[in-house]
Amino acid sequence: MSMRRTFLTTRRIVQQLRHDPRTVALLMLVPSALVGLLAWSLQKSPGSFNAVGPKLLGVFPLIVMFLVTSVTTLRERSVGTLERLLTLPLTKAEFVDGYALAFGLVAVAQSALVSTLSYTWFGLAHHGVPWRISVVALCAGLLGTAFGLALSALAHSEFQAVQFMPAFILPQLLLCGLVVPVNELPTALRYVADVLPMTAAVHAIAPLQSSEYYLGQVAIMVAYIIAALAVGAATLRRTTK
Amino acid sequence: MTVNPPLPWALAAEDLRVVRHKNEILKSISFTVKRGELVGLLGPSGSGKSTLMRSILGVQAITGGTIKALGERAGAPSLRNRIGYMAQSPAVYFDLTIEENLVYFAGVLELSRSEVSRVIDQVELAALANRIVSSLSGGEQIRVSLAIALLGSPPVLMLDEPTVGLDPLLRRDLWRTFEGLADRGTTVVVSSHVLDGAARCGRILLLRNGELLFDTTPGELLSATGAATYDEAFIRLIEGAR
Repeated sequence: MSMRRTFLTTRRIVQQLRHDPRTVALLMLVPSALVGLLAWSLQKSPGSFNAVGPKLLGVFPLIVMFLVTSVTTLRERSVGTLERLLTLPLTKAEFVDGYALAFGLVAVAQSALVSTLSYTWFGLAHHGVPWRISVVALCAGLLGTAFGLALSALAHSEFQAVQFMPAFILPQLLLCGLVVPVNELPTALRYVADVLPMTAAVHAIAPLQSSEYYLGQVAIMVAYIIAALAVGAATLRRTTK
Repeated sequence: MTVNPPLPWALAAEDLRVVRHKNEILKSISFTVKRGELVGLLGPSGSGKSTLMRSILGVQAITGGTIKALGERAGAPSLRNRIGYMAQSPAVYFDLTIEENLVYFAGVLELSRSEVSRVIDQVELAALANRIVSSLSGGEQIRVSLAIALLGSPPVLMLDEPTVGLDPLLRRDLWRTFEGLADRGTTVVVSSHVLDGAARCGRILLLRNGELLFDTTPGELLSATGAATYDEAFIRLIEGAR
């Protein structure tokens, strides 16, 4: 595997984004606007905002990068650039890692903006260490990208790819502790929730927790990222039946 | 014990069969192509031209028989920088400029920037190098795709309908380019469902319904059918075989 070809792929994806300022604006501004809206709607109960706000910072990168990656990689399949690349000396891992790196960078930029705005303008109580939040946002973005790559193999159209959002993301959103605290879930669901990638993101980003617990949750995310990237690379086929 | 001299074949198919979704797309195809030949792969839409090309590239799983390129099994990793491929629809990044597309593909092939300028000049797109591909005309987009296939001057070129939708002048220029490449030793396979370039090919492979109907020279194609033009010969062959 050549890091050079991975970086070239990352650079190419970033160039594609650069030519699409509207997408970049949406990627950067929508999560910030949503947290702002939440802050405004919970103006009379700052306690609730302080409980939910940080969790959203962990959830957004996962959802957004999942959507962006599934649609872009599906486009590579349908336009034929993926097939073309696989007839050239590019390995599947280089392709998948190039994507992970590109959208990982976007996730970090997105989270830097949304957390800065949250802790200054929106008045989110500041407990955590900023770099901790950035690490979680990076991991959550990578999770979204990795699962997007893996699941895009199952979709035959961009329309189907978008349908994976409710199928893959919404159950996690319900169980990750955003709606009901995980320890108040029925026992069976709690076991499920505890092993979901989004739950790890929400747990890791929660303020006031020990370093050991934080690192444990980050480790769960990293394990999922590696597994999903491996599945993503394995679903790329050089030959079609 | 004698060492066999390397075979002169650039491409060799023997009893090649491809079945997709229970449909027989290619039925026992056998042919050989010498290095430096300019081959016209002709046939009506749906005759199996693209499937044959994709089988040679190794991206189409084959059901039976063998297919080799440059002496190696189709799809072998060592062939990945030795066959230039242009698919039927332009497989390029529409949201990048011409130059950005070529710089990326050249990077994947570990080629220098001068190779990027060379192929952009070869397809006569230098004036548009900084334009986004989606803003180009269909013919220009096809030429971007062709330029990518030309990167690194691979010894074998597989071009799937490269002249479709282009104006006559450009078609003539492209066929001249293909002739020039073949003269310098590149094996060029060009598929088409029109015969405008047939006269320039040294070899014609005519496919119909997944069968190799004719393996001949352009001259023989005319004399065998008694037709005055290639289009007429094409129609007679396809209809006559019905």
